[in-house]
Amino acid sequence: MIELVNNISQWAIPIIVAIILVTAITKKVNVYDTFTEGAVEGIGVGVKILPYLVAMLMAISIFRASGALDLLLGVIAPISTALGIPEEVVPLALLRPLSGTASLGIVSDLISEYGPDSFIGRLASTMQGSTETTFYVAALYFGSVGIKRSRHSIVAGLIADFVGFLAAVFICKLVFF
Amino acid sequence: MLNKIWWIMIIGGIIIGAINGRMEEVSIAILESAQNSVQIVIRLIGPMALWLGLMKIAEEAELTKVLAKLFKPIARVLFPEIPKDHPALGSIVMNLSANLLGLGNSATPLGIKAMKELQELNRDKESASNAMCTFLVINTSSVTLIPTTVLALRVGAGSSSPTQIIGTTIFATAASTLAGISANKLLAKLRGNFYD
Repeated sequence: MIELVNNISQWAIPIIVAIILVTAITKKVNVYDTFTEGAVEGIGVGVKILPYLVAMLMAISIFRASGALDLLLGVIAPISTALGIPEEVVPLALLRPLSGTASLGIVSDLISEYGPDSFIGRLASTMQGSTETTFYVAALYFGSVGIKRSRHSIVAGLIADFVGFLAAVFICKLVFF
Repeated sequence: MLNKIWWIMIIGGIIIGAINGRMEEVSIAILESAQNSVQIVIRLIGPMALWLGLMKIAEEAELTKVLAKLFKPIARVLFPEIPKDHPALGSIVMNLSANLLGLGNSATPLGIKAMKELQELNRDKESASNAMCTFLVINTSSVTLIPTTVLALRVGAGSSSPTQIIGTTIFATAASTLAGISANKLLAKLRGNFYD
């Protein structure tokens, strides 16, 4: 199984590149010039998203370093226990929408403490893999095109994260417990 | 929305940091976050250029149109506002495929490209359109069949069955994506200006 999964991941990109190139060559597209013409925009995008990233990462890192996150965890703990979420993964649930590297760090800690094949290890792995870093993606995607009003999308994204965590707890209890 | 979250996190964090006596940590965090942002951008510029170049070729070869056509049945439900055969649909399909395969480094540039094309269709350039909100929520809720990063972590930790979490991950990510899309459509109907 792990080999099949690895193979898909390894083959995907070269195959995609080959398909794009072969199709373009048969249609007599000047592939080299067209590639560089498109690629030149990459730097512009990078420059454009930097201010949004600086803003977002600053807020998140202040929130974590000050202990505000721990305070919020204390407030949330009784609610999450009532919902049947194991207390070990509550920090992960809270940090996942904010920071991809920080939440991966927590998963890595949980795995080394409880073992990758323990219930907590599997639950943490499922939670990490099943949603994305909402605030980072929002800042990046909207920042890159200069959107200032995100409207209802952040709320919808956080609802999705919350439902994802509950679903992860539910399915892991059902399958692994 | 982002405006409020932003200043509340910063001011709240500074006040709580002062009470906790963690001003040194807070001050280091402020400066380090700016450095980290530059590192993220630098890591992103290469893949961004790569995929923008490849997508340009795919467009010239009319491959994106083919993808947009294949995606039409789903697109009509998720993105009714996008005209059929619009290049934005091609980029959206590429982004979703990269996500499904767990190719995070490629999914982000393709997603940004899709956002740019959605922005061309957007009437109010400073306010996210319904299609942009839907696309963002699909990406923040993640759609994945192969959670590559987590798998690598589990293999590294010596798991006897690293892939065992794939099924549960697909279940949880499907639930979160469905919830996100539903919440998004519902909130859009309730008129979004209220959230600004």
